[in-house]
Amino acid sequence: MSILSYILKRTLQAIPLLIMVSIISFVIIKLSPVDPLAELRMNPSITAQTLEAEKQRLGLDLPVYQQYFKWAWSFLHGDLGISTSGEPVINRMMERVPNTLLLAFTTIFMSWMVGIPLGIYAAMNWRKPIDRFMTLLSSLGMAIPSFFFALLLLVFAVKTGWFPSGGLTSSNFSEMNWFMKIVDIIHHLILPTFVLFTISLAGLQRQMRGNLLDVLESDYIKMARAKGLSENKVIYKHALRNAINPMVTLLGFEFASLLSGAALTEYVFQYPGLGRLVLEAVMKSDINLVMASLMVGSIMLVMGNLIADIVLRIVDPRIGGDNA
Amino acid sequence: MPEEQYKELNRGVFLRLIKDKFALGALIMLGVLYLSIIFAPFLAPYSESYSNRQLSYAPPTKVYNVTSDYKLSRPYVYNYVRSFNPETYQIEYNQDRTKKYYVHFFSKGYEYKILGFLPCNIHLFQVDNGGEIHLLGTDINGRDNFSRILYGGRISLTIGFLALFISFPIGMLYGGISGYFGGRVDALMMRFAEAIMSIPSFYLLIILAALLPAGMSSTQRFTLIVIILAFLGWSGFSRVIRGMVLSIKKQEFVQASKTLGAGSMRIIIKHILPQTLSYVIVAITLSVPGYILAESSLSFLGLGIQQPDASWGNMLKEAQDYINILYRPWLLTPGFLIFIAILSFNLIGDTIRDILDPKSRER
Repeated sequence: MSILSYILKRTLQAIPLLIMVSIISFVIIKLSPVDPLAELRMNPSITAQTLEAEKQRLGLDLPVYQQYFKWAWSFLHGDLGISTSGEPVINRMMERVPNTLLLAFTTIFMSWMVGIPLGIYAAMNWRKPIDRFMTLLSSLGMAIPSFFFALLLLVFAVKTGWFPSGGLTSSNFSEMNWFMKIVDIIHHLILPTFVLFTISLAGLQRQMRGNLLDVLESDYIKMARAKGLSENKVIYKHALRNAINPMVTLLGFEFASLLSGAALTEYVFQYPGLGRLVLEAVMKSDINLVMASLMVGSIMLVMGNLIADIVLRIVDPRIGGDNA
Repeated sequence: MPEEQYKELNRGVFLRLIKDKFALGALIMLGVLYLSIIFAPFLAPYSESYSNRQLSYAPPTKVYNVTSDYKLSRPYVYNYVRSFNPETYQIEYNQDRTKKYYVHFFSKGYEYKILGFLPCNIHLFQVDNGGEIHLLGTDINGRDNFSRILYGGRISLTIGFLALFISFPIGMLYGGISGYFGGRVDALMMRFAEAIMSIPSFYLLIILAALLPAGMSSTQRFTLIVIILAFLGWSGFSRVIRGMVLSIKKQEFVQASKTLGAGSMRIIIKHILPQTLSYVIVAITLSVPGYILAESSLSFLGLGIQQPDASWGNMLKEAQDYINILYRPWLLTPGFLIFIAILSFNLIGDTIRDILDPKSRER
C-alpha cells in the first residue's frame, strides 16, 4: 500500500471516530441540568432577538436527536454559536488554539531535544551511578503534580522578579517592535514550558532508554559487534534508528497528555490557551463554548495521533499497511 | 495456574519488592501515610471543622523545650496574638510570651471513634486549656492545617482506590468481551472505547465534574466524583486487556472448556481474565497515582471535594494566590504530600513491573 493511500485510509478512519466523539459529548451536555440559555438571559447586553436566534439555532424545541443533527450541521459550517460573553465561540477558539499549540510544540521540541540524548546516554551507561541518578531524577519529575510545580515556579518568579508572573504578553506589548515582541513572548513562555517540559522529559527519557536497551540485546546488534564495528558505530548506525521508531508513536500520546496537562499549567500561569478557556467555560456554564472546545480538543488529539502514525509509517518500513 | 503457584509467585514478588531499597522506602512511606490517615482523629489535635476566627492564617506554632534561662523543660508553646501593622497594612502575628502552655501527650480532647466505631477521646498531643497548637499553621478560617491534612488525606488517598475498584472490573470485562467475541462486536466496542480516549481526558473530567448539581451532600459528591474518575479510566485499560484476550483465546484450555460446553461469560471470567492478572496488578499500582492526581487537580480548581470537607487538592486552592504563598508558605504542605504519595506509588509500581516482567528493564 502506498503512503498516500495509507494517509487517505487513516484520515477516513478518523471521521467515524470524531462523529462518535461528538455524539458522546452531546449526550454528556444534554444530561446536564444546566439550561443552555440561562447565562445568555442574564447578560443584559444580549438582545431578545439574539436569544431567540440562538434558541432557533440550537433547536431547543425539537427532539434531542434532531438537536444533535442541527448542532452537527452548523458545526460543520463553522458556526459554533455564541458564547455567554456575546462573542461568537469560533472567535474565542481561534484566539486560543494557536497559543495552546505554541505551548505544546515548544514543549515537545524541547523535551525531545533533551530527552532523547539523555535516554541514549543513560542506556549506554546502564546500571552505572549516572544512570541510576537519572532514573531517580525522572521518577521525581514524573511524580510532581503539574499545578503544584507551576505554583512553586510562580513563587520563584515573583520572588526573584526574573520572570513575568503570568499571561503571554506584557501590558505594553502593542507598542513593541517585532523583535521585542518575540523576546517578550519567549520570556512569558519560559515558565509554563518548563513545567510541561519537566514532566514530559521524565517519561521520554525513560522510554528512550528502555527502547535502546531492548534493541541493544537483539541479534543483529550482537552480529554488528561480532563484526568488530566500533561501539559508536553500533549504537548510532544500527541501534538508534530502531530504538527511535517506537518513540514516534509516543508523540501522539504526548500531544494528548499535553493538551490535558497544559490546562492546569495554563490556569496557574494565566496563560491564554485552550485549556484555560475550557475551564472558564465550565465555570460559567457556557455550554456552546464547552461543546466546541470538547470537539476542537478531540480533533487536535485525533490529528496528533494520525500524524504520529503517518510519520511512523514513513520512518519505519517494517510497519505494513494491513495491521494498521 | 493453580492457586498455590499464585501464592508462591506473590510471595516472591513481595520479597523481591522489599529487597529493593527504593521500593522499600516507598512502602514504608505509604505505610506511614496510610496509618496516619487511619488514625487521623488520634493524631489530630483538632477536629476537621474546628476553627478559631481570631487566628486566620496564623503561622506554625513553635514548640520549645528549653526555657529562656537554658533549662530543659516539658515542651511548651506560646499563643499568637493578632495585630494590625498600620505601616505595612498587614496582619501580623506575635507571640504572647507572658503565658506558657504545656503540651500533654496522650491526653483528653474532643470525642471521636477509632476506626469508626470505638468511642475515644485520647489524642496524641494537646495543650493546656486556652492554648493553641498549630504545627502547620492555620488557613483563612483559622482551622488547623495539620489536622486538616490528616483528615484530607483520608479522601485524597482513598478516592483513587475506590475509583479503581469500579474502573478495573469494567475495563477487564469490556476488554474481555470485546476480545473474546471479536468481529463486529469487537470493532464496535473498540471504536466506542477509542472515542472516549479521543476526548482530552482532563477536559472531560472538569466538564463532568462541573455538571454535578450544586446542592449535593458531601457523601453524594464524593461518590459521584469516584464514578467520574472511574468512567475516565477504563477505556485505555480495556484496550490492552482486549489485546491480551485475543491471544489467550486461541490457547488450548479455552478450546477445551468450549468443547465441554462452558458459556461464553464463564470462559471469559473464569478462564481468560485470570490469565491477565499480572498485567492487571502492575496496571493498578501504576494507575493509582493518576487518580490521586486527578482528584487533587479537580479539588484544586474547586470542582472536586468542596469545603468544609478537606482534601489535599482543595487545601492547595488557597495557595493559588501567590501573595498567599509568599507570606504563608505552610499552605503548600499538601502539595508535598501529594508529591510523596505519587512518587511512592510510582516506585512500587515500577519495581513490581520489573519483577513480573523481567524483559522491561526500566531500572
